[in-house]
Amino acid sequence: MTEIVVISRLVPDLVEELEIASNGTALDRAWLRLIINEFDNHAIEQAILIKEKVGANVTIISPEAEGVEDMLFTTAAKGADKLIKITGVGDEKPTNLSLAETLAEIIKEINPDLILNGVQAHDDITGDLAPQLADLLGMPYVGYISGVELGDGKVTAFKEYPGGVLAEMEITLPAVLGIQASEEPPRYVAISKVRQMMSTASIDELPAGDLKIDGDAPIDRMYLPEAAERAEMLEGSEEEVAEKLTSLLQDLGLL
Amino acid sequence: MAVNVIPQQQPFTAEFKESLLKIPEGDRILSCLQCACCSGACPFGFAMDFPPGRMIAWMRAGILDEMLKSDSIWMCVSCYACTEVCPKDIPITLALMTRAKEEALLAGNVPAELQSALEFSQQYSNPLGESSRKRAAWAEELDFEVPIVRKEKRPFDVLWFVGDYASYHPRVKEITKAFAKLLHKLGIDFCILGPDEHSDGDSQRLAGERGLFEMLAEKNAKMLSRCEFNEIITTDPHAYNALKNEYPQLGFEFPVRHYTEFLVDNLEKISSLLKENGKPKVAYHDPCYLGRVNKIYDAPRQLIEAIPGIELIEMDHNKTTSLCCGGGGGGMWLDGFRWEKAESRLSEWRVKEAAAVKADILAVACPYEPPRFEDATKAIAGAENIVVKDIIELLVDAMDI
Repeated sequence: MTEIVVISRLVPDLVEELEIASNGTALDRAWLRLIINEFDNHAIEQAILIKEKVGANVTIISPEAEGVEDMLFTTAAKGADKLIKITGVGDEKPTNLSLAETLAEIIKEINPDLILNGVQAHDDITGDLAPQLADLLGMPYVGYISGVELGDGKVTAFKEYPGGVLAEMEITLPAVLGIQASEEPPRYVAISKVRQMMSTASIDELPAGDLKIDGDAPIDRMYLPEAAERAEMLEGSEEEVAEKLTSLLQDLGLL
Repeated sequence: MAVNVIPQQQPFTAEFKESLLKIPEGDRILSCLQCACCSGACPFGFAMDFPPGRMIAWMRAGILDEMLKSDSIWMCVSCYACTEVCPKDIPITLALMTRAKEEALLAGNVPAELQSALEFSQQYSNPLGESSRKRAAWAEELDFEVPIVRKEKRPFDVLWFVGDYASYHPRVKEITKAFAKLLHKLGIDFCILGPDEHSDGDSQRLAGERGLFEMLAEKNAKMLSRCEFNEIITTDPHAYNALKNEYPQLGFEFPVRHYTEFLVDNLEKISSLLKENGKPKVAYHDPCYLGRVNKIYDAPRQLIEAIPGIELIEMDHNKTTSLCCGGGGGGMWLDGFRWEKAESRLSEWRVKEAAAVKADILAVACPYEPPRFEDATKAIAGAENIVVKDIIELLVDAMDI
């Protein structure tokens, strides 16, 4: 049976107002609400789609965070077979390299054919978790994937390039893929199924290795968007505004 | 460790039919005459592969999984028009249509538009995807304080269950603020739950997400049971319906009235504050979950008629035959899907009727309606000048507040 591992992370929910911590270089975690990283959600969907098409064992691995159990049980309701929570992560975000080292130790035991991870996360400025993991495991890495077909010892993956160019490539397994989008949008799963999983499924807890907080590109300053005063408001009646707009566009050579 | 995976696809089975018979009065389905009144009364019956009467016929014939392949169940606006006309009193909306949506949802057959509203309801306790912490932000725009029960820690006479659209939708918030002003003016001892209020879940239930409804009901019941009050009032007929008819089935009983019933009890005091504010012709639209479902037809009309100068008129469809605004049964979150199927909007039909009786104002009493009908007035020739107002706004406009 093909073994697929998906790494799924929780990230700050941007629906809530974000507060900057007193040190001025991070978000104030006391006010954060966490939500599944959208790209990881696509990676989970892609894994479940492969399982439904050709059969596979799907393992979801997540670093601990508030709400991570609910997220894991939801993936089980969608069809994931095994759930792993990495404990001892702490409040501070670990470096991608040290998290990749912890993940590599856990994943070696599973010996997967395919590892999927969201290609990016909005709280990750370098986006190198999956490439670091691939390097540690001695596997190839390809990012910006939107569509994966499982073959015999290989996958056919579709990689997005800028300008609307799509490459179809064959990748020898085992491999790590950074998922941009799953073939189908992530599915909805009825709450009753999630609740059923909460009482029947279990989450394996595995301790983190030596996680480091320093080592990624340092953040000098984090701040909320600041209002600038470069906008010019056109005042007057509709006709006057239209006239001013037309002459402005003419001055800019656009009309 | 191995997880027992539930199969994603499970067809309408014989168990589905059996489950219908276990719902109170569900066995009436067996007495269906195949008269097709239900399918004829259904405002979207023409756009369904399986309108209610045909669903029953195919179930009898044992052809159940065909129905799962069709997405016509998502055209159902849960408006009770079918239930109202059924000569055999079959609970068509409550049993057949809602259970069919539950079955489709469990099988993963959910229109994408609906999916995000359900996800938002789960994450933020409202289907609009707004921050649950900002549920009472509308109250900051008033020049008096709206007491939030958790902060005040004292008993109140009235707990106002505000509801989702009333809390967040920019148009409906205007009505919410007007209602706060009215309660304040009448000297009512009222409070709100604020950020502790969750979606009532009624429309999610009618869209087939029973588990989500139960989760939201449990959260609301937990908050409400911590507060002391004499009764709940709400401007939202769906919240009213959930609290009155659905929560008690889960063991959560709270006295609740729709605002129109509550205000009629205070009519003497209200009348003394009302002054003539023009002589408009006002047509009142009965919301499905106030009218057909809960039989409240008179209180809204009594309030409108109390306003000096107003002439109350009736549209062709009124009271038990009222047309749905299109927002029910998940319709607030299925506009694109339903337009593709039917190429018509129920809100536009309704506004055409208001224009036909030359209404100046289309009066409503449900937070789903003002945005839907206002959009429709812009789309229908001859309806451009119709003003859509909640009865609360008509009352407040006729007062010095």
